[in-house]
Amino acid sequence: MVVRRLLIGVFVMWGAASVIFVIVRAAPGDPAAVFLGPDATKEQIARLTATLGLDKPLFEQYVRYLGDVLRLDFGESYRLGRPAMEAVFERLPATVDLTLTATAIAVVAGLALGLVAGSRPGGAVDRVVSAATIALQSFPTFWVGIMLVLTFALGLRLLPSAGVGTPAHLVLPAVTLAFPFTAIVARLTRSSVTESMREPYVQTARSKGLSERQVLLGHALRNSLIPVVTIVGLQMGALMGGAVIVENVFAWPGLGSLVVDAVANRDYAVVQAVTLLIAGIVMVLNIVADVLYIRLDPRIRTEARS
Amino acid sequence: MMGGRVTAQHPDKSGTADPPHDGPLLRVEGLVVDLPRPDGAAGDTVRVVDGVSFDVPAGTTVGLIGESGSGKTMTALSVIGLLPDHATTGGELVWRGKNLLRPDTDWRRVRGHQISMIFQDPLAALNPSITIGRQVGEILRRAGRPRAEVRHAVIDLLDRAGVPDPERRMNSYPHEFSGGLRQRAMIALALAGSPSLLLADEPTTALDVTVQARILRLLRSIQREQGLAMLLVTHDLRVVAHVADEVVVMYAGRVAERGPAGAVLRRPAHPYTRALAASVPAVRTKTALADPLPGSPATPANRPSGCAFHPRCPLARDRCKAEVPQAREVAPGRWSACHFAEEVFTP
Repeated sequence: MVVRRLLIGVFVMWGAASVIFVIVRAAPGDPAAVFLGPDATKEQIARLTATLGLDKPLFEQYVRYLGDVLRLDFGESYRLGRPAMEAVFERLPATVDLTLTATAIAVVAGLALGLVAGSRPGGAVDRVVSAATIALQSFPTFWVGIMLVLTFALGLRLLPSAGVGTPAHLVLPAVTLAFPFTAIVARLTRSSVTESMREPYVQTARSKGLSERQVLLGHALRNSLIPVVTIVGLQMGALMGGAVIVENVFAWPGLGSLVVDAVANRDYAVVQAVTLLIAGIVMVLNIVADVLYIRLDPRIRTEARS
Repeated sequence: MMGGRVTAQHPDKSGTADPPHDGPLLRVEGLVVDLPRPDGAAGDTVRVVDGVSFDVPAGTTVGLIGESGSGKTMTALSVIGLLPDHATTGGELVWRGKNLLRPDTDWRRVRGHQISMIFQDPLAALNPSITIGRQVGEILRRAGRPRAEVRHAVIDLLDRAGVPDPERRMNSYPHEFSGGLRQRAMIALALAGSPSLLLADEPTTALDVTVQARILRLLRSIQREQGLAMLLVTHDLRVVAHVADEVVVMYAGRVAERGPAGAVLRRPAHPYTRALAASVPAVRTKTALADPLPGSPATPANRPSGCAFHPRCPLARDRCKAEVPQAREVAPGRWSACHFAEEVFTP
């Protein structure tokens, strides 16, 4: 099972590497020209292009790039003058902090909201939660971020508006990033719990004299979690993409600001390194989600074994 | 094995000891259940159970028989307080001298510990992601019994329900069991709280024919050994004939006839029972072909006026369309809700 997923993962990584290779080169702008600035002569640009290996035919560049990637060599950042992956790994912890905090917020808040709403579908709490989650999902992240800064940093002066240093700095960007994710988890949990609460085994649980809370937490929740786990796994990947925008709003020194700089400066190696790293992380998360899914559902566990 | 002792020591029993009461274990008296019409306006309801009365004496099996839509399942669900949301009830369910339909009923003490239920489809009725053993033992665990004791009790319960190798099988999940084994596990689960009344809603309908007879025999022997009362809901006359002491025949939410099972099936006192018996091969008739019941069953949503059975009844006349027949005792222990019961019934 896991072996097969890993094999598929290798193909996915190859695809991601190829797509990003084409996209960075298809985007207008010449790295050498951008780096040397408007005063550079044609000879200077040509020399730098040759040094970077960008004068070779595209196919030759591609084969060399894949070969390097296989040896875990992700190239030099011509702007930073050091290995691209080194720069990426330097920024990774900040992004991981941000996405993990956002995930924790989204899972806790989303599960709680979804459980309360789903245990009494059509009730007052359910209607408020449903309306709120639609709102949360529709607001663009950058707008939510700016609104939170206006309210909590500039208005109430409770939290820093940007930068890093203390845990307080983490609050606004993490909450901003968690907003749409919370909505997704809450809506999915709600529908999943509502569905589970209609199952005959819930009636059986009630017939044992359990309280509604015991029925909900002891019988409905476990089965409701199965789809939620999958979505959390998949969405964490998307969250790293969302982090790019949030990091720029809050001047958070993670992968997001690094990759925006790199794209602006046509720093191919860095863009490729970031992309491959995120693709790898998403792949691992998906496998983890699949394994958890199997752990949670004994019916699939049996199938997987046989 | 620890035998029947296991269930007898249940701690909850002391708290819910039988208050002294006269009469049957359960008396259903003029039970009425109204459900909201599925796509009707607010307040628009259907009377799915309409004035049903019968007794379940301690230690007896009462068969509740009828076609779909006769209100038999709703009657059983109301006894354990598991009617659908927004259902409203009337009449009385007198359980050990106390009316369960009063709002102060603590259903959590009643369910499982005094009255428990076996459902039609054991695969759907068991939680797919919890082991059989945990599900059977849950009620004991929640009552605060120590782990080792719960484990012993579960093994004993599964053993008595005829699950082979219970020590190993208690760790299985429902999907790893066959249909018959699942229903045995369901029976063990229902017995775990040592109830005095077992509700069984079509307990064999979802099973293979060969398994059906074995499950019925098991229910019968457990019921006798433990002196349980059982309310067996079924559409299958043969099931009633095998298992029930008393039978209550329901039609369109009302009781058509009730009495001792053998007598009712052999010599019905209601044209509906007679037609029902004639429609089953080899229960009553020796003819090769059974007579199917003419027409389609009346449902509570469009219940005919007067006697609900009159459009399908060979004896129907004007009075049947106008006047709802009340149940009356046509012979000792034999009750029939037919204006012309004497024309059907030969004492």
